[in-house]
Amino acid sequence: MAENQGSMTINLKVWRQAGPKQPGQMKSYVAEDVSPDMSFLEMLDVVNESLIKRGEDPIAFDHDCREGICGSCGMMINGIAHGPDPGTTVCQLHMRRYKDGDTIIIEPWRARAFPVIKDLVVDRSAFDRIIAAGGYISVNTGSAPDANAIPVPRDNAERAMDSAACISCGACAAQCKNASAALFTSAKMNQLSLLPQGQAERSDRARRMVLQMDHEGFGNCSNEGECEAVCPKEISMSNIAVMNREYEKAALQKKS
Amino acid sequence: MKLDSKIPAGPVAEKWEHHKFNLKLVNPANKRKYTIICVGTGLAGASASASLAELGYNVLTFCIHDSPRRAHSIAAQGGINAAKNYANDGDSVYRLFYDTVKGGDYRAREANVYRLAQVSNNIIDQCVAQGVPFAREYGGQLTNRSFGGAQVSRTFYARGQTGQQLLLGAYGALMRQVDAGTVKLFPRREMLDLVLVDGQARGITIRNLITGELESYAADAVLLCTGGYGNVYFLSTNAGNSNVTAAWRAHKKGAFFANPCFTQIHPTCIPVSGEHQSKLTLMSESLRNDGRVWVPKAKGDNRPASQIPEAERDYFLERRYPAFGNLVPRDVASRAAKAVCDEGRGVGTTGLAVYLDFAEAIKRLGEDTIRARYGNLFQMYEKITDENPYQTPMRIYPAVHYTMGGLWVDYNLMSTIPGLYVLGEANFSDHGANRLGASALMQGLADGYFVIPYTIGDYLATAKFAKVSTDHEAFKASAVEEQAKINKLLSIKGSRTVLEFHRDLGHIMWEKVGMGRTEAGLKEALQQIPRLRQEFWENVTVPGPADNLNPNLERAGRVADFLEFAELLTLDALNRRESCGGHFREESQTPEGEAQRDDENFSYVAAWEYTGDFAKPTLHQEPLVFEEVHPSQRSYK
Repeated sequence: MAENQGSMTINLKVWRQAGPKQPGQMKSYVAEDVSPDMSFLEMLDVVNESLIKRGEDPIAFDHDCREGICGSCGMMINGIAHGPDPGTTVCQLHMRRYKDGDTIIIEPWRARAFPVIKDLVVDRSAFDRIIAAGGYISVNTGSAPDANAIPVPRDNAERAMDSAACISCGACAAQCKNASAALFTSAKMNQLSLLPQGQAERSDRARRMVLQMDHEGFGNCSNEGECEAVCPKEISMSNIAVMNREYEKAALQKKS
Repeated sequence: MKLDSKIPAGPVAEKWEHHKFNLKLVNPANKRKYTIICVGTGLAGASASASLAELGYNVLTFCIHDSPRRAHSIAAQGGINAAKNYANDGDSVYRLFYDTVKGGDYRAREANVYRLAQVSNNIIDQCVAQGVPFAREYGGQLTNRSFGGAQVSRTFYARGQTGQQLLLGAYGALMRQVDAGTVKLFPRREMLDLVLVDGQARGITIRNLITGELESYAADAVLLCTGGYGNVYFLSTNAGNSNVTAAWRAHKKGAFFANPCFTQIHPTCIPVSGEHQSKLTLMSESLRNDGRVWVPKAKGDNRPASQIPEAERDYFLERRYPAFGNLVPRDVASRAAKAVCDEGRGVGTTGLAVYLDFAEAIKRLGEDTIRARYGNLFQMYEKITDENPYQTPMRIYPAVHYTMGGLWVDYNLMSTIPGLYVLGEANFSDHGANRLGASALMQGLADGYFVIPYTIGDYLATAKFAKVSTDHEAFKASAVEEQAKINKLLSIKGSRTVLEFHRDLGHIMWEKVGMGRTEAGLKEALQQIPRLRQEFWENVTVPGPADNLNPNLERAGRVADFLEFAELLTLDALNRRESCGGHFREESQTPEGEAQRDDENFSYVAAWEYTGDFAKPTLHQEPLVFEEVHPSQRSYK
């Protein structure tokens, strides 16, 4: 067990914005009695409790499972999506990563396609619309053959799982200087392209998902790799290369 | 009112087939004339919404999250059971049925469980067709792992993220229908009330969490797929937003609540580290395939694990239950862990933990194999505890994980309110007093993909419907009442926070209505809960706006409901003077300390009717009849 290094005092600068149309600003808070065993969100819980006690509006942030799988939480911490630890969501970041007296700057995701709703909460419904545009295999309930009738090479299944691990948190787009959703979109596309079940709609899926991604106002990919670096599920950029190829093939195949 | 479970006649293996034939159908061209509301988008809600929309119904789907993909089903780790018998190890529909009824300690309905086992195989087929990347053998076939309470290998899995992958499959199916315009999706909406017209469920009142406005929606039937109530204990493995509100408000409108005291304590969770703790993290039961559970033989032995020689370790599950060893069901494993900690043999700084040790498996299989099987779980453990489980054993302790109780439903999944259906963890029917591992995902998807699409048609085809829109007086009255409740919460301006009240409630529940329950403790809890509830309504403070996103206000409403619901849970625990499954009354145990059922007096479902007075709900009993699996003292020795 980590030795309790005693409690810390942490200085926070947090983006506060009352609503989508209101101007926001950075505000300073002091988090006292922070234990190194606390998660980052538990530290914010403590700050919020003190705000509530003073009758102030607590800092709004999305969170739910607090075990790194639901994809709800996400914020820029000192300019890095989900903070300094690789392969880690904010809820899994622990305060033992920080020292007494540290200053931490917390901002919402930055991307035109993710407008701020309040404080650190943004609207990520654009991702849902990208999935709605083809991020699935069209199979009605009840019409499936026996599960083992479709053998899938183990390596393909494993690679499909690597891509399918995406939690839709939005860190990739938030960190990208172009606010591109290429990593998110390509991960789902690649998962389905790797499986025999996904072949029938492969071209159509590539075309529609890319079109929707552009329509939502996400930028283009310029291969900086920031997305992969901050992805809490460590999804590989090579998915993006696959998506580009899928899209080009689909565009050439398209009959007018 | 007499409970009618509507269990079809005939041999258990033929009931569902006969019943499906006897159910009335809605003509394909008429389906679009019916509107169905689905609340919740976990495995049950997403699969039901998608399947009903595919059939042609007009579906309105609501969730409290920003995206339907974030429902708490996403966090299920280990796997999903099915009776495929791909492992050729003697599995069958009958065996899965048998194991589930026995695992549930003979407090589940046989007919429902048999149907669940029957459709389990269709679920795997459906998910594979959707592209769920299950683990496979080199030949391309699906592979299985073992789970607690079974001696066959029937659990399908996608690394340690099975729930995520199954939910993403169902979410994909749902979004396909959203794209087709057959499902209208309403994210960031919370159901506050069920609206009844002429005694039928005809709509809901919801709060738009972004604008704070109350909105009304009308329909011909309402499905609640809103999960379990584990967060009544404050600390649980549930996600922070999981709550009982939708189910509880439906209960107050006439839906009976069944067996609320059947809660599951999961044996393998990361222990509490301090007062700031906001939730507990589960370590999948699948770890018990390769991990061995032990504590030191001597009391107060606080040497590091590595310095305790083999001869001074007590592998207490292997010792007490040689046949099942570390793979005994969850309730049995949890109580055994509590027992050794109560003896003063617990480990870690708090003494409230036992070891889960992989040293032997790593020696036998190599670190790479263990990493391939459980890598993400080990990583999660290390992130939270700052310890490397490849080198030192994990420390684990039981935590509240799942709730078998829920709204009472008949064989068609309809509650005691006509037109109100309840699916997944929110209902009570399939797991009895204890759920086996990898069966929650199975049940959620069974209800949504393969049961409700058949049973709802019968109701829609046969019930009489008055023409109802949201202009109806019942919708207006509901909205006025709910707005008043919100205004009240905002106006108290007391001195204690919602979180403090929730933590206090959790403390009462864990201490008095947790792993070991006594008559005296339960009676104390029944004194304390109403007092805390009264204090809440006099002294809570909820700052912030009503007309904007205010997560603290959302939580206030949920905690207010938990404060009412907790009393019913405790009453149910007091009423059931037997031990069964996850419900352990210390007065009722065998000489070896195992749960002692009382079939003569308690072989029934306790279905509670709301009377307006929390202290005096009316108990209705649905007798449980066992035609196939003869109840016996469960033995995993």
